[in-house]
Amino acid sequence: MKIYLKVWRQQHKDSKGMLVEYSLNEVDPEMSFLEMLDMLNLKLAKKGERPIEFDHDCREGICGQCGVMINGIAHGPLKNTTTCQLHMRSFKNGDTIYIEPFKAKAFPIIRDLKVDRSAFDAIIAAGGYVSVNTGQAPEANSIMVTHDEAESAFDSAACIGCGACVATCKNASAALFTSAKISHLAKLPQGQKESEQRTLKMVDRMEDLDFGHCTNTEACEVECPQEISVLNIARMNYEYNKAKL
Amino acid sequence: MAKTIKANIPAGELNQKWENYKAQAKLVSPNNRKKLEVIVVGTGLAGASAAASLAEMGYNVKSFCFQDSPRRAHSVAAQGGVNAMKNYQNDGDSIHRMFIDTLKGGDFRSREANTYRLAECSASLIDQAVAQGVPFGREYSGYLKNRSFGGVQVSRTFYARGQTGQQLLLGAYQALMRQTEIGKIKLYSRHEMLDLVLIDGKAKGIITRHLDTGKIERHGAHLVVLATGGFGKIYYLSTLAMGCNASAIWRAHKKGAYMANPSWTQIHPTSLPQSGPYQSKLTLMSESLRNDGRIWVPKTKNDQRSPNQIPENERDYYLERKYPSFGNLAPRDIASRSAKEQIDAGKGVGPLQNAVYLDFAHAIAEYGKNVIEQRYGNLFKMYQKITGINAYQEPMKISPSAHFSMGGLWVDYDLMTSIPGLFAIGESNFSDHGANRLGANSLLQACVDGYYIAPYTIQNYLADEINTPKTNVNHPAFEKAELNARLQLEQFVNCKGDKTAEEFHKELGKILYDKCGLSRSEVGLKQAIETIQELRGEFKKNLLVPGDVDDINSELEKAGRVYDYMELAELMCQDALSREESCGAHFREEYQTKDGEALRNDDNYAYTSAWEWTGNPSKPILNKEELIFEFVKPTQRSYK
Ligand SMILES: Cc1cc2nc3c(=O)[nH]c(=O)nc-3n(C[C@H](O)[C@H](O)[C@H](O)COP(=O)(O)OP(=O)(O)OC[C@H]3O[C@@H](n4cnc5c(N)ncnc54)[C@H](O)[C@@H]3O)c2cc1C
Ligand code: SF4
Repeated sequence: MKIYLKVWRQQHKDSKGMLVEYSLNEVDPEMSFLEMLDMLNLKLAKKGERPIEFDHDCREGICGQCGVMINGIAHGPLKNTTTCQLHMRSFKNGDTIYIEPFKAKAFPIIRDLKVDRSAFDAIIAAGGYVSVNTGQAPEANSIMVTHDEAESAFDSAACIGCGACVATCKNASAALFTSAKISHLAKLPQGQKESEQRTLKMVDRMEDLDFGHCTNTEACEVECPQEISVLNIARMNYEYNKAKL
Repeated sequence: MAKTIKANIPAGELNQKWENYKAQAKLVSPNNRKKLEVIVVGTGLAGASAAASLAEMGYNVKSFCFQDSPRRAHSVAAQGGVNAMKNYQNDGDSIHRMFIDTLKGGDFRSREANTYRLAECSASLIDQAVAQGVPFGREYSGYLKNRSFGGVQVSRTFYARGQTGQQLLLGAYQALMRQTEIGKIKLYSRHEMLDLVLIDGKAKGIITRHLDTGKIERHGAHLVVLATGGFGKIYYLSTLAMGCNASAIWRAHKKGAYMANPSWTQIHPTSLPQSGPYQSKLTLMSESLRNDGRIWVPKTKNDQRSPNQIPENERDYYLERKYPSFGNLAPRDIASRSAKEQIDAGKGVGPLQNAVYLDFAHAIAEYGKNVIEQRYGNLFKMYQKITGINAYQEPMKISPSAHFSMGGLWVDYDLMTSIPGLFAIGESNFSDHGANRLGANSLLQACVDGYYIAPYTIQNYLADEINTPKTNVNHPAFEKAELNARLQLEQFVNCKGDKTAEEFHKELGKILYDKCGLSRSEVGLKQAIETIQELRGEFKKNLLVPGDVDDINSELEKAGRVYDYMELAELMCQDALSREESCGAHFREEYQTKDGEALRNDDNYAYTSAWEWTGNPSKPILNKEELIFEFVKPTQRSYK
């Protein structure tokens, strides 16, 4: 099929970027979206032009490294799918596709479609863990976790840290990401003891970074590839208020 | 001159070796620990767990990875589960049984003492992960659940839905970030190691390239730990992430670290087949599907009918036919090789005739669609997303693909390579599991190396380094290594040929699949070596890398990785050629039984090959580490 592309090109963090037009004639509907970009990049390289820089690694929808805005939607038109798992059969012959990086103040552009998401690491570093050293953990079955508790914690723990929630939020808030980790650990007995300090530190860190405030528009849940629920945000607010009391 | 090399295995009974080692290992007092620096390259399960553990002990750790965040290391992709001896199911599991299963699964090509230690340490890993908040599967009562995995008769696999690797890695990553916040770990994401630096024969630092700026940097330490994962991506199409590479271990090899069993790659039977020439990777479908899916091909060659139109009596359920007692659950190597046989015989299915069917029609008829949906619903969804096909209505198409590196840097019992001060852990070392490790043991190995073994053995090494001052990165060795790294990058960019690194990589991968994949022959391997040499020559003259050295440039990153693959590929073929036996997944066509099964030769090949770099990639030296079976007598495997 034939596809027209308008791709965001930007040399460096501080340079001015713009949309550049390309077209591809031989796109196979079975290709993944990133393989389509590979095809374009091969063409550019052969012409002596700089290929488009974009982030990706596992191409299995689990590492969280890929992610661009496709026609204005984080990770593209398919619901709950990462960019690497989107295939060209989701588009039609002759379509024009806009490809832009995830945009948020806290995620500065590195080049083209690559952005710096290390702010997420900083949020985790503030308290997104159970403080336990290696080697002296108690026997695993001495910490009882019911099936439902484990499943519910897993639902929150499944976040892949891609940043689609931030990119899609009109405030560029990191509430969904942060709340998912707070909930994951608060839902388990081994994480509960530290919940207060953890919540305060992580929320404060999130606010110190360049993320916006959550105004409950719930756009994040809609675009999240892992279907992380906004109920996590409610839980975070509850944990935060409890800790402040 | 070839040498016989020793693994420094402690004396004593099998079950006391590790205890004795730990009791005698040297210690470093806490106020000396803060004077010592450690570099850990890699933030997968092995690297993150080692970095966090060493930092908790008080060492200063520098942690490197090429991804934008340590949480994205390839361990995140592991699906099935992790083995550990807990005997929670009261089904007769024990450390000894796990040790025997692993040794057998490895077709007696791994070290007794290391394999035993792996089983011994496994229980603590589950304790650690649970304490960190890993949400493993649980019974309604609150106790941990287990499932069984291929090749064993007990249930010892722990899992967190189909995302066990992700959850284990997040646990280790969180521990790493905790130490980063405290300042005991300095994190260098988006940094690629380009070279290892030795001073007076000891590993003292690395040269890296900052992938966001192109800046080449020097980093010094008292020792270096490589935890850089597997190199199965050398086959181009594989289940591994796009960035997985051999560069760190290969460059260490060129500085003197031996490379062990490089030709031993695990080929996974249930990945999705290649669908076209543009394809960049193959996706793994969990092996658990083989519990209910039946594998078959049409009996006649080139059968163009859709699968549902082919009647029962014109289908060949070849695994059930050939291996009646294990059937569709035959071990990975056997299932993979049998699929290849069918495909090579012209019975492959799908547009490229490169797949076999995995059929759920019988299971759906027997248990109902609901039950199958409950068991595998997410996998069916994933299959539909990628292929556009509804597998409830027609069989899935699956194909074997490169998955796990059993070879890697040679290490002794301390996990130290042949370079003093250079340790290799996780998939980057030659795994303890030998020729054909069992599923769910590799996550275990990565974690156990990082959480429990390296912290002791590294401390044992560091005890002699407490009076060594900080490494000076202005030392001529650093200068030289940096200069060489820069010259190589400039050469790539200035070559200005017309073939990209990716195009070279695809060609190389095809040679390896055909000649050094599931089955190998002397003739094929010799041809492969010649073709690889030619391709390497062409790479030097005709490489195309757009852009600059001192800037962000992913084409340049690929060029370096493919350059290393070109050299490693030849060593893989040499290694396969030198081993005149079939062993586990490694089938030399000349060495088979009457009915086509692998024929091992314990008299001549019960050794680990440990290759030494000579400066000429075509003339490596083969050193051998004899495998001595003191406690278990090797037996033939049979899955009939
Ligand atoms: C799809 C898939 C499914 C799997 N499922 C299972 C399973 O169910 N059970 C099981 O036991 N095993 C499974 N495995 C195998 C298992 O996941 C791996 O063996 C294990 O995770 C390897 O861990 P590691 O820490 O050694 O390396 P990795 O997790 O691969 O980490 C490598 C690290 O090294 C870094 N690195 C590499 N090169 C450089 C360089 N030059 N410079 C800087 N950094 C570098 C990377 O950035 C990364 O941080 C699976 C593997 C795959 C591919
Ligand atoms: S919450 Fe969802 S969208 Fe946001 S980073 Fe996590 S997985 Fe991605």
